[in-house]
Amino acid sequence: MSDRIRRVAVLGGNRIPFARSNSAYAHASDHDMLTAALDGLVDRFQLQGQRLGEVVAGAVLKHPRDRDLTREAVLSTRLAPETPGYDVQQACGTGLEAVVLVANKIALGQIDAGIAGGVDTTSDAPLALNEDLRQILLELNRTRSTPGRLRLLGRVRPAQIVPEIPRNSEPRTGLSMGEHCAIMASEWGVTRAEQDELAAHSHKRMAAAYERGFYDDLLTPYLGLERDQNMRADSTVEKLAKLSPVFGGPEGTMTAGNSTPLSDGASAVLLASEEWARERELPVLAYLIEAQTAAVDHVHKREGLLMAPAYAMPRMLDRAGLTLGDFDLYEIHEAFAAQVLCTLRAWEDPVFCRERLQRSEPLGSIDRERLNHNGGSLAAGHPFAATGGRIVATLAKALRERGSGRGVISICAAAGQGVVAALEAP
Amino acid sequence: MSRAEQAVSDRYVRVVNSSAGGLLARRVGLPRPVPLERYHAGDPVVRGRVLLGGAPGGRLLSATAAVLAGARAELATGFEESLRSLVAGAGIDATVFNPEAPGEQRFKALVFDATGITDSTGLVALQTFFHPTVPRLQLCGRVIVLGTPPADCRSVRERTAQRALEGFTRSLGKEIGRGATVQLVLVAAGAEDGMSSTLRFLLSPRSAYVSGQVVTVAGGYAPPDDLDWERPLSGRTALVTGASRGIGEAIASTLAREGAHVVGLDVPALAEDLKGVARRLDGEAIELDITAPEAPAALAERFSSGLDVVVHNAGVTRDRTLAKMPSERWSELMEINLSSQERIDEALLQAGALRRNGRIVCVSSMSGIAGNAGQTNYATSKAGVIGRVQALAPELAGRGLTINAVAPGFIETRMTAKMPITIREAGRRMSSLSQGGLPIDVAETIAWFAHPASTRVSGNVLRVCGQNLLGA
Repeated sequence: MSDRIRRVAVLGGNRIPFARSNSAYAHASDHDMLTAALDGLVDRFQLQGQRLGEVVAGAVLKHPRDRDLTREAVLSTRLAPETPGYDVQQACGTGLEAVVLVANKIALGQIDAGIAGGVDTTSDAPLALNEDLRQILLELNRTRSTPGRLRLLGRVRPAQIVPEIPRNSEPRTGLSMGEHCAIMASEWGVTRAEQDELAAHSHKRMAAAYERGFYDDLLTPYLGLERDQNMRADSTVEKLAKLSPVFGGPEGTMTAGNSTPLSDGASAVLLASEEWARERELPVLAYLIEAQTAAVDHVHKREGLLMAPAYAMPRMLDRAGLTLGDFDLYEIHEAFAAQVLCTLRAWEDPVFCRERLQRSEPLGSIDRERLNHNGGSLAAGHPFAATGGRIVATLAKALRERGSGRGVISICAAAGQGVVAALEAP
Repeated sequence: MSRAEQAVSDRYVRVVNSSAGGLLARRVGLPRPVPLERYHAGDPVVRGRVLLGGAPGGRLLSATAAVLAGARAELATGFEESLRSLVAGAGIDATVFNPEAPGEQRFKALVFDATGITDSTGLVALQTFFHPTVPRLQLCGRVIVLGTPPADCRSVRERTAQRALEGFTRSLGKEIGRGATVQLVLVAAGAEDGMSSTLRFLLSPRSAYVSGQVVTVAGGYAPPDDLDWERPLSGRTALVTGASRGIGEAIASTLAREGAHVVGLDVPALAEDLKGVARRLDGEAIELDITAPEAPAALAERFSSGLDVVVHNAGVTRDRTLAKMPSERWSELMEINLSSQERIDEALLQAGALRRNGRIVCVSSMSGIAGNAGQTNYATSKAGVIGRVQALAPELAGRGLTINAVAPGFIETRMTAKMPITIREAGRRMSSLSQGGLPIDVAETIAWFAHPASTRVSGNVLRVCGQNLLGA
């Protein structure tokens, strides 16, 4: 193995506009959408027929038939069919984790270029057979005698026709992610007004970015959509204030406006070594300089389910010798406005930083103007595994535009996990 | 009712806490006392979250945070950077509370440092802190306001503001309901390290029947470092007079629970009861008439090897209006309730029997403060007890001793059980907690005075009366 670590360049990204659930992409599969996102990237960077080192992607809600979803999608694109691919899955951290995996192989010299991506659909969701029916059918398969098989079939009941619908709940707590976040919001004293303000800001910034053509070379229109369907350019705090709470009971502060909607979409990011980019005269948007994952014990230690990024960040910063203030742009995934606000508050809080992070000083606060500068998930929507790719490409391009500085990404994920990464302008 | 007990005889409390009785009481507008939570050995200091806040510039937050940390209390604070840093410095994993965010947060106790209020315009900080938080107080919750003794204040305005705190706590005590208590603790500059036993007592169910009171923590010296909070009186000897039954027996039991070697004293006529108590507590019994001329010398001799706590509990009533009161009735009572105490203390002090960090605790009475028809003799003796405490406290301070008094209100005992029902009911309900107290409530208060950490608590007269309307 090479003993030299190479710099990893982010060369660009492509995604399809994100759609609201059961809408524009209601009949598109994960395979279709991932293929569309990859093909758009292939077009943009003239990768037709090229054999890349690896394509890594994943989906959170995945059909059993989509074994090797990524490899199958690669075969459907115009990349050389000799390009290997594999799937990863880490809930909403999938997309960013895929970027880290590709980057690490590039850094070690095992590959020179690769694509990281993610896709999710909540419209074309996998339904499973009713568990009782499944057991009967499996037993039927094992039974040889006809009378035995008939006896088994006699056990089938009409109620068993109802399928198992994938649930958005934590297996170990039974609470949905929104309910978990509502607990966090209450613990951190996050108000409705703050959340609505963050949501309105997200829509406004994303609309402005679209207006100035920022997203022109980051998106490929798909099935009639040219922009993210969820985005409301005219969103205001006043309009958001009219919505009823959906999590945390009637007293709750979380609404459909300050929580991400169920969405469909896909994204892909092209990563390469500097040599590979130079040979093809492709400009470097940014370098991936650090990454870190963390997890919290939300089951027994009553940690906030979505607070893991709060732990991942200082670990990464310490290793990189950076502080939270050393960045020019901050991309904190807006799963819920409350998640972002709780995370910011935790980093500002002397008690959290001392008790949980074992730091004598708080991590510090973030200038809100530098936060999700081109819009976040509240505006774009959040097809789970596609969010990481969207954010990496968006931040890399924003850093290239600035011409200098650093940016940092923080993404919370189900099961108490979090992924953070840092990028630097070339 | 594992954590909340009440006198078996108070049927009313049980009735209004049943579903049918509660409905009736609500409709008719009757007082609805809640069964008070009381302390059981091994209980935490506070069962639930404590919200800590303060007016800017206060000087007691650090010390308070340290006490709460020591008591392993779950803590919450507002967002104020200074407060959060301070709590972090004390090593407490405090949650945040934002009054503007709705939520499920409930608190067992609210503690507010008001020492930073130096002007009447600053008193609004009380409204700001308590307005959103009092409705979040759990059943049998605790409210503690910390202030500066007005006499220690540097300016007229500061003194005005600090004196004003008492009006706030006394009124809140009267309206708060649901078994909650409200106290004002005045801590002199330099006495910040002496709050631990007081805050622990007032936060815990030990102070179940104490409300609307003002405690002063001042003077004395720093408490010892090596405190055993489970058995603080371990290795100490306590003399309790009138220990054979009622409140005296509860005092003896409580001091024994706290680790003390208890020596009970009572008149020979009650020898059997007294011996029973001594046996049960693994203590000793002294059969002695405290009014006997030889009693002071006998006790000084008996405790020549050292004594740590004296509880003057023995007392009698000899009720009669003054017009019908013969002099024996007056004198006999005065001998038992006051004069014998004076002689015994003098003898003990003279003989040096009370060890350093020793305690004298007297039992006064609500009648001694408020007066009571038919009790000119009793109230005179009990008011005299208050005089002794106030006079002796500064004198004893130099010897490392403290003296304090409890003033019980309506306590459910054999004596009150014999009262006519109308008077008994009036006695019970005419208080903020709308019920009588128990002997244990008086005993717990005495155990706090006797605590080795209560070095800076002296000269206090604490009513254990559920904030009774009389004389308050």
